[in-house]
Amino acid sequence: MIFLQSSQTFENLRNDFPILSRTVRENKPLVYLDNASTTQKPNQVIDAINDYYRNHNANIHRAVYALAEEATEAYEQTRDKIANFINIKDRQEIIFVRGTTEAINLVAYAWGRPHINEGDIIVTTEYEHHSNIVPWQLLTQEKKAKLEYIGMDDNGELILDDLDKLIATGKVKLVTFSLMSNVLGTITDAEKIIQKCKSAGIPTLIDGAQAVPHMKVDLQNLGCDFFAFSGHKMLGPTGIGVLWVRKSVLETMNPFHGGGDMIREVHKYETTWNDLPYKFEAGTPNIADVVGFGAAIDYLSKIGMDNIREHEIELTQYAIEQLSKVKGLHIYGTQDISKRGGVISFNFADVHPHDVAQIIDEQGIAVRSGHHCAQVLMERLNVAATSRASFYLYNTKNDVDVLVNSLNRVAEVFKL
Amino acid sequence: MSGNADIYHEMIVDYSRNPINYGEIENPDVTFHDANPLCGDSIDIDMKIDENKVTDIKFHGRGCAICMACSSVLTEITKGKTLDDVRAIQKNDVLGELGLEHLQAVRIKCALLSLKVLKSALYTYIGKNIDNSEDANKLKEEAANLY
Repeated sequence: MIFLQSSQTFENLRNDFPILSRTVRENKPLVYLDNASTTQKPNQVIDAINDYYRNHNANIHRAVYALAEEATEAYEQTRDKIANFINIKDRQEIIFVRGTTEAINLVAYAWGRPHINEGDIIVTTEYEHHSNIVPWQLLTQEKKAKLEYIGMDDNGELILDDLDKLIATGKVKLVTFSLMSNVLGTITDAEKIIQKCKSAGIPTLIDGAQAVPHMKVDLQNLGCDFFAFSGHKMLGPTGIGVLWVRKSVLETMNPFHGGGDMIREVHKYETTWNDLPYKFEAGTPNIADVVGFGAAIDYLSKIGMDNIREHEIELTQYAIEQLSKVKGLHIYGTQDISKRGGVISFNFADVHPHDVAQIIDEQGIAVRSGHHCAQVLMERLNVAATSRASFYLYNTKNDVDVLVNSLNRVAEVFKL
Repeated sequence: MSGNADIYHEMIVDYSRNPINYGEIENPDVTFHDANPLCGDSIDIDMKIDENKVTDIKFHGRGCAICMACSSVLTEITKGKTLDDVRAIQKNDVLGELGLEHLQAVRIKCALLSLKVLKSALYTYIGKNIDNSEDANKLKEEAANLY
């Protein structure tokens, strides 16, 4: 397929997503704007999972019969697709996990426990998802280490002077941050952070859950040491994600879960570990969803991540313009479209985001309201919650128009 | 308007803008705080209790219109009641007052957070001031299972 980038082509993609043609509430077409939470699935992904269970299902890496061979091949093919997708040379560095949350917990446990000691500092940021805060709280509490934050300015961008000050203490053992904020859409200046950390010999972890689905990510270029992302936010199934760890770092890590598949030899009182990455993939993995994840990567690759980013820039720009016209509506984060993804958090006058979400739900609109698993950020913004609209490749300007119009109804009910 | 958004009638919107019994009590006899972990709604209730009667009650915190309206109504119902009468307050006493009996499951926790806080405040008070821990535990369980 030769892909011509135009809004018409993106509009046509909607036919691949069966759920987008259903109606909700009272016969309202679904306007799905909660893509930062999870994305809808195209037929290609649904069919791949279906085909796996109908025709190829068997356990992997064990038996010698035909089905087991097919299942193993399908599973391992996704690993190669991922290596290609985020530009990694060594497939042994790719570990399948349940999602970004499990990936970060794996690092906190298997790398953090042998490497973090009393008095050490782990640095995260004020705009992290709870999954990049709580595992580090658990680790630093256990080790009597400290968790410190890179602050955020009023524009929703990180204050990198904070990082300099923390690095100067000489105690920082890890810097961890998201490549794109799931609330504000801010794209982190990862290169600058990694450069600062590298010159101080500090490893870096990137939460790529929000970024990888929406823009080209090149890990060889980035130069971080740990990278995590989730399948379900990029057209893939739930319950599958990736942890990538630089091999030289991976080799210094303890196992995470003990069990089958992660071993080489087990004796009564001792065990030797399997090769990478299997040392970190204990138990029967989520084979079917790995296969589905592979289909999602094929789908995205065919369209091209640069085309997706361009489409979302256009849509986000349009949404910011239209929403800014609504009296009393406040958008959080930077207005500089080159520094933000397709995530728009807002508050509408004094109306609580739950009430906004419920009233516009009557128009078939799915937006998220609440703290978006980022209570530290909510505190920083001094709000209890926000409403959040987030886009993906199948969203259109019409979706934005429906959202903007629906806010009239909110204004009417709350007499704004 | 139809369906779930029907809940936003005049009274709810008015209460959310101008909640009653909103604020704090100086030197309360009992105070309790709770929050809904998923949505971030957060409510504190302070009470003055004299001779087994709630002589004053105030709430403060942050929440949606449903949460604020229900907190207003609940504190209004509670004021002046004996502790036994306060214990007897049921979900529908609050929901019914605002026509919210058929609220969808996901919003029930917004409506009932303040009732949970009230029941928790009561068991805290009973546990501290009245020598009947069995009674306090029963109330604690009731508060925990409210929604």
